[in-house]
Amino acid sequence: MSDARTEVLARVREALGRGTDAAPAPAVVPRGYRPAGEHAPGSEPVLELLVDRLVDYRAHVHRVAGAEVADVVARLVEEVRTVAAADADDSHRAAARPAPGSVVVPDGLDRAWLAGLSGDDVRADARDEPLTATELDGACAVVTAARVAVAETGTIVLDAEPDQGRRAISLVPDVHVCVVRTDQVVQTVPEAVRLLGEHPGRPQTWISGPSATSDIELDRVEGVHGPRTLHVLLVS
Amino acid sequence: MSTFLGMPDAGAPATVSGVGRPDDPLHWGATFPDAARTALADEQLRRNLGNATSTIRAKRARVVGEVPDWEALRDAGSALKTDVMTRLPELLEELERNVTARGGVVHWARDAAEANRIVAGIVRAKETDEVVKVKSMATQEIGLNEALAEEGVAAVETDLAELIVQLADDMPSHILVPAIHRNRTEIRDIFLERMADAPPDLTDVPRELAMAARAHLRRKFLSAKVAVSGANFAVADTGTLAVVESEGNGRMCLTLPETLVTVMGIEKLVPTFDDLEVFLQLLPRSSTGERMNPYTSLWTGVTPGDGPQEFHLVLLDNGRTKVLADEAGRSALHCIRCSACLNVCPVYERVGGHAYGSVYPGPIGAILTPQLTGEKSDLPYASTLCGACYQVCPVKIDIPSILVELRAREVELSGAAPDTADRVWQAAMKAASYAMADGGRFRRAARLPRALRAIARHGVIRRLPFPGSLWTRSRDLPEPPRQTFHDWWAARERRAGTRQEGER
Amino acid sequence: MRIALAATCIADAMFPQAPRAVVTLLERLGHEVVFPPGQACCGQMHVNTGYLADAVPVVRNHVRTFAPVADGEWDAVVVPSGSCTGSIRHQQRMVLERAGLDAEARTASAVAGRTYELSELLVDVLGVTDVGAWFPHRVTYHPTCHSLRMLGVGDRPERLLRAVDDLELVPLEQAEGCCGFGGTFSLKNADTSAAMLQDKVGHVLDTGAEVLTAGDWSCLMHIGGGLTRTASGVRPMHLAEILVSTREAPVVPGAADGRQEVAR
Repeated sequence: MSDARTEVLARVREALGRGTDAAPAPAVVPRGYRPAGEHAPGSEPVLELLVDRLVDYRAHVHRVAGAEVADVVARLVEEVRTVAAADADDSHRAAARPAPGSVVVPDGLDRAWLAGLSGDDVRADARDEPLTATELDGACAVVTAARVAVAETGTIVLDAEPDQGRRAISLVPDVHVCVVRTDQVVQTVPEAVRLLGEHPGRPQTWISGPSATSDIELDRVEGVHGPRTLHVLLVS
Repeated sequence: MSTFLGMPDAGAPATVSGVGRPDDPLHWGATFPDAARTALADEQLRRNLGNATSTIRAKRARVVGEVPDWEALRDAGSALKTDVMTRLPELLEELERNVTARGGVVHWARDAAEANRIVAGIVRAKETDEVVKVKSMATQEIGLNEALAEEGVAAVETDLAELIVQLADDMPSHILVPAIHRNRTEIRDIFLERMADAPPDLTDVPRELAMAARAHLRRKFLSAKVAVSGANFAVADTGTLAVVESEGNGRMCLTLPETLVTVMGIEKLVPTFDDLEVFLQLLPRSSTGERMNPYTSLWTGVTPGDGPQEFHLVLLDNGRTKVLADEAGRSALHCIRCSACLNVCPVYERVGGHAYGSVYPGPIGAILTPQLTGEKSDLPYASTLCGACYQVCPVKIDIPSILVELRAREVELSGAAPDTADRVWQAAMKAASYAMADGGRFRRAARLPRALRAIARHGVIRRLPFPGSLWTRSRDLPEPPRQTFHDWWAARERRAGTRQEGER
Repeated sequence: MRIALAATCIADAMFPQAPRAVVTLLERLGHEVVFPPGQACCGQMHVNTGYLADAVPVVRNHVRTFAPVADGEWDAVVVPSGSCTGSIRHQQRMVLERAGLDAEARTASAVAGRTYELSELLVDVLGVTDVGAWFPHRVTYHPTCHSLRMLGVGDRPERLLRAVDDLELVPLEQAEGCCGFGGTFSLKNADTSAAMLQDKVGHVLDTGAEVLTAGDWSCLMHIGGGLTRTASGVRPMHLAEILVSTREAPVVPGAADGRQEVAR
């Protein structure tokens, strides 16, 4: 390997006062913190906490039964379209939004959730058949599932599996509709990390509310580059 | 600030141009006391900083207060970072193995110049003249943007605050909120002056400013071929990298371009994936004062069909092994760049980041910068040792103790080549040491201030000659007492002795 | 109890009313106070300015002077200063170890283990919060950084103050903020120090208190030096000077420039 590698590693060893001897054993780290919450995943207190946190981030939360998902998705997309159409009247935005009607979905998404949408409105994205960034920029919304949600921090994690899709699809469209099953909601961060650690190689996106900045006088502005609107469907 | 001489934008509003890009991002500008004096004279800056830091302080306190096991998390974070430093060679090799196994390419850089050469080489091979960048302290530290500019490559900062700083030809003044020294009106002026596609009717409403930046950058995100990022954490046992952010510019850079280059200090490791459960709790609450930041991205090498299909990781030394070599100062490398210490620091709050003359300002900068450069520095003295930084540090870096250690190092360095001020201090400290190492000598020396009673009026001394003037310029000195405590006690003992004798 | 007093160099030379008050107060509570005359300074100024070699003889003198507490000759050492107590507890051993004086470093640890800041001594060691004081004045309390964060004295001083008859304790805005003293910081970074002082003085004036108290005369000297420039009449007084005040022997703020004899 390169000289730099050898030299940096040699400097590190020297700084530690070590030769090329074997590594010390890993230290015993005090882990007195909570490995899990006091409430079971999917229990009502955990769900209430998640809703509270999400609302605090100004995400829109909809608690629905499984059979209602398709209706709610359809209603939300209809709302988005109305807004997008209004936007399109604005001349300089129209150019940036050639297809205000299309909804992007990962190809592994539960199709039953899309039953309320007409087929030609929906564009499926897959790793082997990806939409271009420009196509994604033209879509009005994306619908995905999720891998796990953390109640205490109001976080939803996507791990890019077929029902959640490539990372780009939940990023470029301006509205993200995310469907989370109640049994996916854990109370604490460590519970989620342990679960995600089963497949650490998957690309993960942790989402806690819509994109935001506080860079101007610490005045929070929601929606900078990521989706400006986040809808969470909490499905029991 | 004046702009009429020699500035590139003679017609620009006075507020637009920043401090300029220094040759050495770790050492620029005036001495700390002088730079502080200039900053203190800027009332607007003091108000901006005061408002900003008190807001973040309150937010942090609120969200930390709701975590019942916060101290246990800090203990774990501290122990994990200590473990990382102890096993750094092995963990770096483990990281390299895992990143490589997942299709990434690992590079090593001894210093800033080498890191810049590596990045420039990768970009050149992609035949592009523009890269998008995620906010990164490591690339600020090595002056990557300037190095790329020399190669004809424009590095576009995409974090809103970094964009503001870049457009204004300025330097960041805070680790987390680099444009904390700018108010909304200044930012509007910067956009109007320096951002070609800014709407001409732009107001100074933060939402409008943010939307102007969104529109400006979106075109760049959608077309960029190469992105450059830093990393918040690198997991040795999986090869996973993590970037923690708010705006989504990070996700754009980490996801859309074909090629991603990540520049990371060698200290940014955590041993195992599970250890993220500690740091992903500590960092956001300490940093932005949120329960969790809006977006965290984790990736491991290359994922076929998802995100960049070419990934380069540059492991940067640039003085870190010097820090590591100092056992007393080593824990400065534990820093996770949350900036909580800046927000609670009474010195930072008043003088801002530029006074520190380094991309790493505030308490952590005062211990990290001099150790990274190994040069003589006045930064270890830029603190009252009030201890607020240590109290909030999520990985429990004992900054005050390290400051004292570094002051001892400064004294050694100045002992070798003293200037006039050094000689005055050395003489004063020697004299004080002699007087204070013996009760009898001290008792006599303690009577000396009594002579100042002659110039006291109404119980105070208003003006003293130099160096006493350093004190009396801003405060009175109380009139010294007629009798020291030592003398009072001796007199009391004598009286008691006399009484006892009389009683006999 | 037999309690040795470490008066601190700054109070000894400039504010002897504070250690005098400690003597009177502890004697009033029925304890015997000893003042080892060999004492001078704890070495904090040298250490915090980086002059560790010059600190060594100063620290050695302190450790030697107070070593009898480690042998049980006295029960405790009391210090009317949070920062000096902090230096004794957290720095002296380090200074001696670095100088290769391992035996003395061990003695330093033993001495430090029996050394208490005044409010710690009263509340934790002597177990009193009501010391029988009377002080009919409006008082605000500045916690001082080293008492608060290096020692963690918590609300002990405030508990002592609340137990004082007729004392009105008014809260200080941003009380935990540093006053800007920082020892030689006030000289090396005089402008920044002055800016911090300005804010602290403003908060003190906002309380409308007659008296500003703290457990450390160094910070009080700094804030007091700013207060007299405002002609506000707010008087800096050490915690001990308030606790020593009784109906029989009241301490009047500002009488004789605060230098009144409080002990016989």
